[in-house]
Amino acid sequence: MSLESIPIQAFLIVSSALFCIGIWGLLNSRNAVRVLMSIELMLNAVNINLMTFSSYVDNNLIQGQVFTIFVITVAAAEAAVGLAILLSLYRNRVTVDMESFNLLKW
Amino acid sequence: MSIAITTQIICFTILSLVIIVGALGVVLLESIVYSAFLLGGVFMSVAGLYLLLNASFVAAAQVLVYVGAVNVLIIFAIMLVNKKEDLKPIIDIKSRRIISTSICLTLLSLLIRVDLTNVWSLSSPQKSIGEESTIRIGEHLFSDYLLPFEVASVLLLMAMIGAIVLARRDVMSKDISTGLPVDQELIEKSSEPLLTNKN
Repeated sequence: MSLESIPIQAFLIVSSALFCIGIWGLLNSRNAVRVLMSIELMLNAVNINLMTFSSYVDNNLIQGQVFTIFVITVAAAEAAVGLAILLSLYRNRVTVDMESFNLLKW
Repeated sequence: MSIAITTQIICFTILSLVIIVGALGVVLLESIVYSAFLLGGVFMSVAGLYLLLNASFVAAAQVLVYVGAVNVLIIFAIMLVNKKEDLKPIIDIKSRRIISTSICLTLLSLLIRVDLTNVWSLSSPQKSIGEESTIRIGEHLFSDYLLPFEVASVLLLMAMIGAIVLARRDVMSKDISTGLPVDQELIEKSSEPLLTNKN
């Protein structure tokens, strides 16, 4: 076996699996903190994809790495606001169970 | 990157195993605290993958922002809301699980099929700038990505103010209905839930 580098497909499959695990956690978690963690997993999967393409397809201009920096920024802001919303929800309803947040249910 | 290909493959295998197993642990483990610490491990392994892809600056940013800030924030949130509660059982939990799992598996197979069958037009490794990517990122951030860079600072400010406004307790100097000054010691005591359960 004479490979020059790791095939691009290996990175893409890892990121696909991570993204699907994140979606599964998002759909099935009862705890609201775990839902936020699943969102972070999905953002990380997208970041791996961006970095892989920036390294294999665009390895001179590396615009994907700049995009990853911006995604990390937005993810940090999202985590801060999401956890603040979670805290005020917990203060009002004294639970973090996703099934009990049903005020907007039709 | 100057590491031998065998070493790269070994590192990649270990890192991706840690990522997949850790992510499964994050979504499947019963204890939310274990999930949070496993999430930190997943973030570190993703930073390791970035190092394999010649991106030392993004790997450092990943460790600083995700492990240092986001993960600590999540652990603090768990500490603040961690209360043992008996969850009400859901009636049709089994069909929900089956549907969501099949949707995820379908999406996974679709993505893997695209990954494997598509013909990627890879650029030649000779053109790679390799270790100089940090310099190139700095050039990008201050030339063609200058506007998003500045907008990101406004976004972070908005997120900071929004988080403070959302998470603080409402402290008022006088009672709304009676107009009398409020006893400030009462505010930190536990209050009745403002909204009751609708069902």
